[in-house]
Amino acid sequence: MKFFNLFLLSFLAQINTSFANVHGENWQLGFLEPKSPLARNTIAMHDFIMYFMYGIVAFVLLLLIITCFRFSAKRNKKPSTTSHNTILEVIWIVIPVIILIIIGIPSIKQLAERTTIPDAEMTLKVVGRQWYWSYEYPDHGNIYFDSYMKKEADLLPGEQRLLATDTKIVLPTETYIRVQMTSSDVIHAWAVPKLGVKMDAIPGRLNETWIYIEEPGTYYGQCSELCGILHAFMPIEIKAVSKEEFAIWVEQAKEEFASLNNLTIANNLIEVK
Amino acid sequence: MSDHAPTGWRRWLFSTSNKDIGILYLIFAIFAGLVGAAFSVAMRAELMYPGDQIFNGNYQLYNVFLTAHAFIMVFYMIMPALTGGFGNYFVPLMIGAPDMAFPRLNNISFWMLFFSFLLLLGSAFVDGGAGTGWTVYPPLSSDLGHPGKAVDMAIFALHLAGISSILGAINFIVTIFNMRAPGMTLLKMPLFVWSILFTAFLLVLALPVLGGAITMLLTDRNFGTNFFDPAGGGDPVLYQHLFWFFGHPEVYIVILPGFGIVSQIIATFSRKPVFGYAGMVAAMGAIGFIGFAVWAHHMFTVGLNFNAKAYFTIATMIIAIPTGIKIFSWIATMWGGSIVFTTPMLYSIGFIFLFTVGGVTGVVLSNAGVDIMLHDTYYVVAHFHYTMSLGALFIAFAGFYYWIPKISGKLYSEKLAIFQFITMFIGVNLTFFPQHFLGLAGMPRRYVDYPDVYAGWNYVSSIGSYISFASALLFIFIVFHTLKFGKKAGNNPWGKYANTLEWTLSSPPPFHSFETQPRIK
Repeated sequence: MKFFNLFLLSFLAQINTSFANVHGENWQLGFLEPKSPLARNTIAMHDFIMYFMYGIVAFVLLLLIITCFRFSAKRNKKPSTTSHNTILEVIWIVIPVIILIIIGIPSIKQLAERTTIPDAEMTLKVVGRQWYWSYEYPDHGNIYFDSYMKKEADLLPGEQRLLATDTKIVLPTETYIRVQMTSSDVIHAWAVPKLGVKMDAIPGRLNETWIYIEEPGTYYGQCSELCGILHAFMPIEIKAVSKEEFAIWVEQAKEEFASLNNLTIANNLIEVK
Repeated sequence: MSDHAPTGWRRWLFSTSNKDIGILYLIFAIFAGLVGAAFSVAMRAELMYPGDQIFNGNYQLYNVFLTAHAFIMVFYMIMPALTGGFGNYFVPLMIGAPDMAFPRLNNISFWMLFFSFLLLLGSAFVDGGAGTGWTVYPPLSSDLGHPGKAVDMAIFALHLAGISSILGAINFIVTIFNMRAPGMTLLKMPLFVWSILFTAFLLVLALPVLGGAITMLLTDRNFGTNFFDPAGGGDPVLYQHLFWFFGHPEVYIVILPGFGIVSQIIATFSRKPVFGYAGMVAAMGAIGFIGFAVWAHHMFTVGLNFNAKAYFTIATMIIAIPTGIKIFSWIATMWGGSIVFTTPMLYSIGFIFLFTVGGVTGVVLSNAGVDIMLHDTYYVVAHFHYTMSLGALFIAFAGFYYWIPKISGKLYSEKLAIFQFITMFIGVNLTFFPQHFLGLAGMPRRYVDYPDVYAGWNYVSSIGSYISFASALLFIFIVFHTLKFGKKAGNNPWGKYANTLEWTLSSPPPFHSFETQPRIK
C-alpha cells in the first residue's frame, strides 16, 4: 500500500516539476539525459560496447539452451568422449581478442577526449567537506560559499528531496569550465551524471576535470565516495544560465557572499539533515 | 579397521583431520553467511522505500552494516566455504593423500578465523563500529573519520583472517606439490585441485600486501606515522593502490575455486571428460597472473593520468579472454554430453549464464572513460554481485549439493533442492538486475537514502532480497533434512563419470581416507 501511495506521489511530483529539471524518472532504465558533450560521448561509447555485450550474452544463453535441450540425458543417451578441438579453442580466443580490439580503440580515444582538459574559460573550485560542499570562483573575485542539502521541511514545491541545496552553484552555459576539487577532511567525490563528470575530492590533492553545459537548467549530483554518516546527504545542485545572466549573478554574488569570504566554515556541522 | 580417532568435543576442537576441519569451515561459513545475509536484508529493508525505514536515522549503524556485510561475505563466508571447506575436505582426497601436509597448522588456521570473526563482530559494538566500507579508505578510516577503537579492532580481525588464510594457503601448496599419490602428475590433477593451487598462490602473494597496508593504517591511527595523511606528507591514494593490489587478486581468490568446482560438476553430470583441460588450467593461471596487474581499475576517479588509465583499461579487458575460454570450455564440455539435471548441475548452468552477465558488465566497467559515469554507482554493485553472489555463492551451493553425499553419507532431497535453486535464482536476479538500472540512472552506492526517483527499482530489489533470504533459510532446512532423513548414499551416487578419487572411498570417508595408497594409471 505504502508503495503505491509513494508511486502516486512521485508521479504527481513529476507532473509538478515537469518544467523544472528532474533528475531522471521512476523506473528509469538507462542513463539520465546527457547535457554535455562529455556525457554524450560517454553514453555513445557505452551503447557501442553494449551491442557486443548483448550479442555475447545472447550467444551464451542460446548456446546453453540448445545444449541443455539437445544433450539432455533423455535425448542423448550416449555421451561423446571428445575433449579437444584445437581449431575451436583457437577460435574462442581469437574472436574475443578481435571484439576487444574493436571496443578498445574507440574507448581509448574517448578516454583521451575525457582526460584532455580544453582551454577553459573559467574555473570552479570545489572543496568536499563532511558533509557539504564549498565552492569558489577564483576568476570572479573569489566568490565563496558553502552548499548544504535542504532539509525536507524547507523544500519548496517542485524541489526534490535529497537533491535540492540551500545555495546552488550558478554556472554559464556553452562555456568550457575547469573544475578543480580537493577535500578538507575525508575523500568525497563530486559527480553530476547529466554532465558526465565524477572526480574524487581527496585531501592533499588537487584533481581537475572539465564540464561544458549545453543548455540552461538545473543539474543534480550526489557525493560518490563513502565519506561517513551523512554521505547520502551532500548533494550537488547546479543552476546553468546564459552567459549574460551569469554575469549579472556574479555581480550579485560578489556582494551577497562578500561577508562569507574567508569565513571559517563548519558552524553547522551538526544538524545538516 | 581401527581408526583410534578422537571423539566428542576433542574431535572438533583439537581436530587435525582435514575432513573434520573442512566440515568446521563449512559450518562456520554457513553460520557467517546467515549473519552476513541478515545484514544485507536489513539494508534492503532500509532501502525499500525512500526516507528512513528501520535504521531511524542511525546512519553510522547503516555504514557499519554495509561494511560488516562485505567483510563477512568475503572473508568469513565465501572463502571459508570454497577454499577452507571444500578445499580442505577434497584436495587431499582428490590427490590421494591421507591428510594435509601440516594438520596442526590446518587446525590453527581455522580457529584463527573463528576468533577473527568474533573480533570483527565485536568491533560493531565498540565506539559506534567501523563504518568505513570493506575498502577501509583513509582518511575516513583514520583518526579523522573514525576516532574510536572500532577500526583498530576490525584491522586486527583482518590481520588474523589474513594470517589464517596465508597459513592455509601454504598448507595447500605444500600438500599439492608433495603429497600426490604415485602416478598423479600435475597435469592429471582434477581441475578443482588446480584451482585451489592457483588460489593458494594468489593468497600468499596478495595478502601480505593487505597486511602491510592495514598495518600502516594502524600505525597512522595509533603511533603518529603519516603514511596516508597528507598533513604529514603522506597520501591517501597510496593506501588505495596497496589495498587494490590485494583487493583485485582477492576477487579471483573468491572465484577461482568456484571455477574448479564447476568444472568437476559439469564433467560429472554431462558424463564427459572436461573439454580442453590444458586450456582450462592455463586460463586459470592467466587469470591469476593478470589479476595482479589490473588493480587501479578500481581507482579510475582518483585522478590517474591518461597513460595509467589507458593501461589499466587494456589490461583489465584482457582478463575477459581467459574467462571466455573457461565459459566456452564448460559449454563445450556439456556439448555432446548426456546431461543429468541435478541441483548441482542446475546451479552450475545458472552460474555459467549469470557469470557471463557479470562478466560483460565488467568489460563495460573496464573502459576508464565509461567507468567514470558508473563508478561508485549501483551498476558496480550489480556487477560484482553478479560475479560473486550469483557466481561464487551459486558455486558454493552447487559444491554443497554435489559433495554432501560424500561428506555426510546421506542423499539430499532433490525436490527440495531444486525448489531451493529456483527460489534462489529468482531472488538474486530480482535483487541485482534492477540495480543495473539504478546505477545507469546515477544512484550512488553505499547510500542509506535516495531521491524519490529511484524508488521503483529499489522496491523490486528489496523484494528480491527477501526471497533470496527465504531461500537461504530453506537451504538451512535442507541441510538438517539431509542429515536427519537423507537416504543412504553409496560410495558414488553420481555414477562412473564422477571419477575423481574421493568417490572411490566410502561415504563418509574413513578417518585416514586411504587405507592403501591409490595408484593412478
